[in-house]
Amino acid sequence: MSAVGLGPYLVVAGLLLVIGIFGIFLNRKNIIVIMMSIELILLAANINFVAFSSALHDMAGQVFTMFVLSVAAAEAAIGLAILVVYFRNRGSIEVEDVTLMKG
Amino acid sequence: MIVALAFYVFAAILLLSACMVITARNPVHSVLFLILAFINAAALFVLAGAEFLAMVLVIVYVGAVAVLFLFVVMMLDVDFAALREGFQRYAPLGLLIGFILMVEIGAVAVGWTVTPAAHLASQVPMPADMSNTAALGDLIYTRYMFAFELVALLLLVAMIGAIVLTHSGERRSRRQDISAQHQRPIDETLTMVKLGIGKGARQMTQSAPASQETIR
Repeated sequence: MSAVGLGPYLVVAGLLLVIGIFGIFLNRKNIIVIMMSIELILLAANINFVAFSSALHDMAGQVFTMFVLSVAAAEAAIGLAILVVYFRNRGSIEVEDVTLMKG
Repeated sequence: MIVALAFYVFAAILLLSACMVITARNPVHSVLFLILAFINAAALFVLAGAEFLAMVLVIVYVGAVAVLFLFVVMMLDVDFAALREGFQRYAPLGLLIGFILMVEIGAVAVGWTVTPAAHLASQVPMPADMSNTAALGDLIYTRYMFAFELVALLLLVAMIGAIVLTHSGERRSRRQDISAQHQRPIDETLTMVKLGIGKGARQMTQSAPASQETIR
């Protein structure tokens, strides 16, 4: 951390967050890429946690990063399982017309 | 100097591969660029002194999550060209919102500093005589034990949920179903055949309705 300091890390994390949110808007129909964008957003949060932990010499940030990592892994597993079931029922993964739950 | 140079190289590759993830035409390429992005983020973690988390990022993300994405992308036979229509239509709105968000983040960042007394509020100061892995293990098994076990439980629930969701209803294995066996009516299993004198048993086995397939 002594080499570059806190600022560049925060800039990288902020840009990664913006790219992830832009990806959600860009791929409105392709839910697989939307989930990858969510992974990018969580990665940006993790970079922030690690940068602050390193800059403030506080281990709590790294512990939290580990928890965020496991929650992201669980989210990806469940999301992809739902996607597989949805594809099996509908034969497509178009998420714009997800109206199965409407009465 | 060399560390700063390495930081900028890794950060540039990370941001470029993140851009490629969201704009790639083929989702398989998106997943591969996602893997590249995670590896570069792991390198940034190493530069920040979080070696254990860097290895966890490589193992968990590249080894498990990205392969899961790759598996789903390749297994589902999806017409990805149809999913890309409206790509240009959504791009201006997305760019606008991304730009607004970036300006907001920048507005927060400008004129913002860490106070010199911030280390006084530190929850868990980094021990000087321990490696990163030892310090992390020392924390998660003592102070953050409850949260650690909750995360373990969460992963268990996610695993069971994924299995329950994707496990299809039909059973392919030939298991014994005892209640079905007990509920079979007698005339499905047993036939009474009147044998004439001197006819033998051959006719009886041919006419019996209970064949091997109905026996569960």
